Amino acid sequence: MTTEIKPQVDVRQPVEYTDARVNANIPAGPIEQKWSKHKFEMKLVNPSNRRKYTVIVVGTGLAGGAAAATMAEMGYSVKAFCYQDSARRAHSIAAQGGINAAKNYRNDGDSVYRLFYDTIKGGDFRAREANVYRLAELSVNIIDQCVAQGVPFAREYSGYLDNRSFGGAQVSRTFYARGQTGQQLMLGAYQALSRQVAAGNVDLNERTEMLDVIVIDGRARGIVTRDMVTGKIESHLADAVVLATGGYSNVFYLSTNAKGCNVTATWRAHKRGAFFANPCYTQIHPTCIPVSGDHQSKLTLMSESLRNDGRVWVPLTAGDPRSPDKIPEDERDYYLERRYPSYGNLAPRDISSRAAKVVCDEGRGVGPGGLGVYLDFTAAIKRLGESTVRERYGNLFDMYERITGENPYKGPMRIYPAVHYTMGGLWVDYNLMSTIPGLFVGGEANFSDHGANRLGASALMQGLADGYFVLPATISNYLAQGGLEKVDTTHSAVQEAVQSVTAQTQKFLDIKGTRTVDSFHRELGKIMWEYCGMSRTDEGLRYALQRIPELRQQFWTDLRVLGSGDDLNQELEKAGRVADFIELGELMCLDALERAESCGGHFREESQTPDGEALRNDDDYCYVAAWEHTGEPSKAVLHRETLHFENIHLAQRSYK
Amino acid sequence: MKITVNVWRQKNASSKGRLEKYQVDHVSPDMSFLEMLDTLNQQLMAKGEVPIAFDHDCREGICGSCGVVINGLAHGGQLATTTCQLHMRKFKDGDNITVEPWRANAFPVIKDLMVDRGSFDRIIQAGGFISAHTGSAPDANGTPIPKDNADMAFEGAQCIGCGACVAACPNASAMLFTSAKVGHLGLLPQGQPERQQRVLKMVAQMDTEGFGGCTNIGECTAACPKEIGLHFISRLNRDLLGATLRGGSTVD
Ligand SMILES: Cc1cc2nc3c(=O)[nH]c(=O)nc-3n(C[C@H](O)[C@H](O)[C@H](O)COP(=O)(O)OP(=O)(O)OC[C@H]3O[C@@H](n4cnc5c(N)ncnc54)[C@H](O)[C@@H]3O)c2cc1C
Ligand code: SF4
Ligand code: FES
Repeated sequence: MTTEIKPQVDVRQPVEYTDARVNANIPAGPIEQKWSKHKFEMKLVNPSNRRKYTVIVVGTGLAGGAAAATMAEMGYSVKAFCYQDSARRAHSIAAQGGINAAKNYRNDGDSVYRLFYDTIKGGDFRAREANVYRLAELSVNIIDQCVAQGVPFAREYSGYLDNRSFGGAQVSRTFYARGQTGQQLMLGAYQALSRQVAAGNVDLNERTEMLDVIVIDGRARGIVTRDMVTGKIESHLADAVVLATGGYSNVFYLSTNAKGCNVTATWRAHKRGAFFANPCYTQIHPTCIPVSGDHQSKLTLMSESLRNDGRVWVPLTAGDPRSPDKIPEDERDYYLERRYPSYGNLAPRDISSRAAKVVCDEGRGVGPGGLGVYLDFTAAIKRLGESTVRERYGNLFDMYERITGENPYKGPMRIYPAVHYTMGGLWVDYNLMSTIPGLFVGGEANFSDHGANRLGASALMQGLADGYFVLPATISNYLAQGGLEKVDTTHSAVQEAVQSVTAQTQKFLDIKGTRTVDSFHRELGKIMWEYCGMSRTDEGLRYALQRIPELRQQFWTDLRVLGSGDDLNQELEKAGRVADFIELGELMCLDALERAESCGGHFREESQTPDGEALRNDDDYCYVAAWEHTGEPSKAVLHRETLHFENIHLAQRSYK
Repeated sequence: MKITVNVWRQKNASSKGRLEKYQVDHVSPDMSFLEMLDTLNQQLMAKGEVPIAFDHDCREGICGSCGVVINGLAHGGQLATTTCQLHMRKFKDGDNITVEPWRANAFPVIKDLMVDRGSFDRIIQAGGFISAHTGSAPDANGTPIPKDNADMAFEGAQCIGCGACVAACPNASAMLFTSAKVGHLGLLPQGQPERQQRVLKMVAQMDTEGFGGCTNIGECTAACPKEIGLHFISRLNRDLLGATLRGGSTVD
């Protein structure tokens, strides 16, 4: 299975770190049996006792929605929260392209092992083997579950499920629902959740933002929330807390994430003792619509599935002023096909994005500011006909036209990389429990399965694996261990958390400076994109580490939030999120500086091969960097969890 | 471009609202409608005025958060387009644009352009699901589903729950929304066992929420950003009739 990888020349043993604070609790035994063995060995809660336990789930996306619905079905009392006006609107709804599963319905050589292998390799050997294997194993159950719920995946004329290919894989294992896969999976989870709400098993709180975690006797016992309509700040107590609050791409201001996506829930948990792992691992997606001006509020992704049929190119010569149709074939550079002949336009995201940056840096970019490359469907339209292309990608083409005013059936699209996903997140062990006992983290909010680069169509898979299958099992095990004293709202820790949230909310209103929240957010985003974006250097990161604390200082002295805290105030909501983004930004730069190697989405210019590919350094960096908060982001303490590759040999990644 | 907007301002659910006139000076044709409102908000805050509240999240037409009535048309009237996808190149320099929240008894205004669409969630909670316990599912390819059925189910499933259909309907009916879900699930074999109960319960909830009755006007489908067709309403009516005739029994 490893034949296509060239072994590394240097076989020096990686440094072994042992830090009890980041013990991954990986079950013993062969990788194929770890999860089933663990499931058998875990303790269970008797069905009649489950009602007595309350589980808080923050987030109703794929991970949170699935976890809340499933635990409610099992009989637990669940309290769920989201900041949108409806649970259905969690950002998972926006995922386009598809979800992977090792069903091997194509008979093209797929298997659980191959999906495991592709994900480890795609993640550039920076993910935990045991977690990834479990993910691949559960992938098949996810598709079954979703179809049973009525998720209308694309089908062939035979009536059987259809598949497409995604980057970083040579098999066709991606299930999809036109360009709206996330929407359909999300609605499946939302409907399962709605059923439990109606049954009285889930107390669902929309337009409610979680602003702190309550830790009592070292365990997570609740959260503090603010009702976004009335401004009421309240505590909620429970026996276990799940954070499934999504990713933090919006630290860059411009990203493909929804405007409300934020790091607040996980950051506040970090400040209460949860370690933050690999914060610098961010994914820059190669196919997004380029920025059109300073008014830009977010970026729009064009699904990677487009690369199945679209060809990426730029003019051969820098500054070529001709329109694309005037440039003959032999004066075009299909640079992905040229550099990565075996994967071509389906090279993984990190590689494709960097390749786009390289040609744009050479002055060969197209469109305003030279920040764009062509994604061309001419050949596909000729080969398949316009109606087939429309059937496959119609909604994406329409989306492109609405935003740019250009018709992509007539000429090539212009695309450019944009921040899309964050592989980093709260550190969790094999049970998805953070370093605060009783605080579990699922979906994009944790760091666990994608290493330094996530393959397309695996975030949906991970969110649902965590939500439907992993969390319900591991949380039951946690609750069954017992030892949870009764707590009530008079506890000093509860009072303290409520007071600290109240005080912070008031503080934003009291600064009465001159600058809006957005102006700070944009400035932070520029710093992050410039110095902690597609490529990073020691010097740039050090500069950013100087600039961000200055920005934080200005934020806390010159911010202006109008209105009051006692009613709906969107500026106030944003202020809290941006305050956390600024602190997170600093930790990201610190993490990126510390990791003086290139791996996956983290490209350190100092560490590259002669032909410009990312060069890992397994001797020194084969670990998960888990940061402990000690008061200031700059003073965070690093804990290292050494990664062991027992099944797949560490090797330099090659997609040539 | 310079644009004049008349925006509905309402402090909270219990206060009275009114239209306020503002001028937005630097509008680029490449801006989305919401980016134009962002620009206006920055302008307002610079003058010390409280910005306009409006719902939005994905800004790419899929989450269903956004939605305002623009010059009398839900989402602005461009075919298959949500408010967040509408771009200013559809307007001209000097235009006067009126911006109001969805108007319906079942969607009370919370603040400015934001309304409460919890009634939609309660319609789904009443029966808009297939009861498939996690872990109980057979192999996904166990039941082939004719492509046409699957495609049509998908059509209904595309509803984003934005509420434009209600806002566009003179009766403020939620028929299109409800029928989209009834149709989606009713077209699939997995959805059959609960089909009759589903339609009865969802329609009952729709009535309880205070949505108006459907008189087949068709404004809903014209405003729907996902182009959900009126045939879903016919389908719902057939299911409803069948279920009522059988006295709501699920035995066929
Ligand atoms: C445009 C786009 C396209 C994508 N396409 C694909 C694809 O084709 N395939 C794929 O596998 N992946 C894709 N992804 C990635 C994938 O969609 C996400 O990683 C995944 O959906 C995240 O799910 P989640 O459940 O972890 O979080 P989310 O769905 O983001 O949910 C977060 C939840 O947390 C809540 N929340 C957050 N903070 C708070 C707070 N402080 N208080 C209360 N509630 C809070 C929110 O309200 C929400 O309910 C895409 C991502 C984007 C942006
Ligand atoms: S039917 Fe159309 S208009 Fe109505 S809520 Fe659904 S998507 Fe919106
Ligand atoms: S903001 Fe999501 S549909 Fe408009």
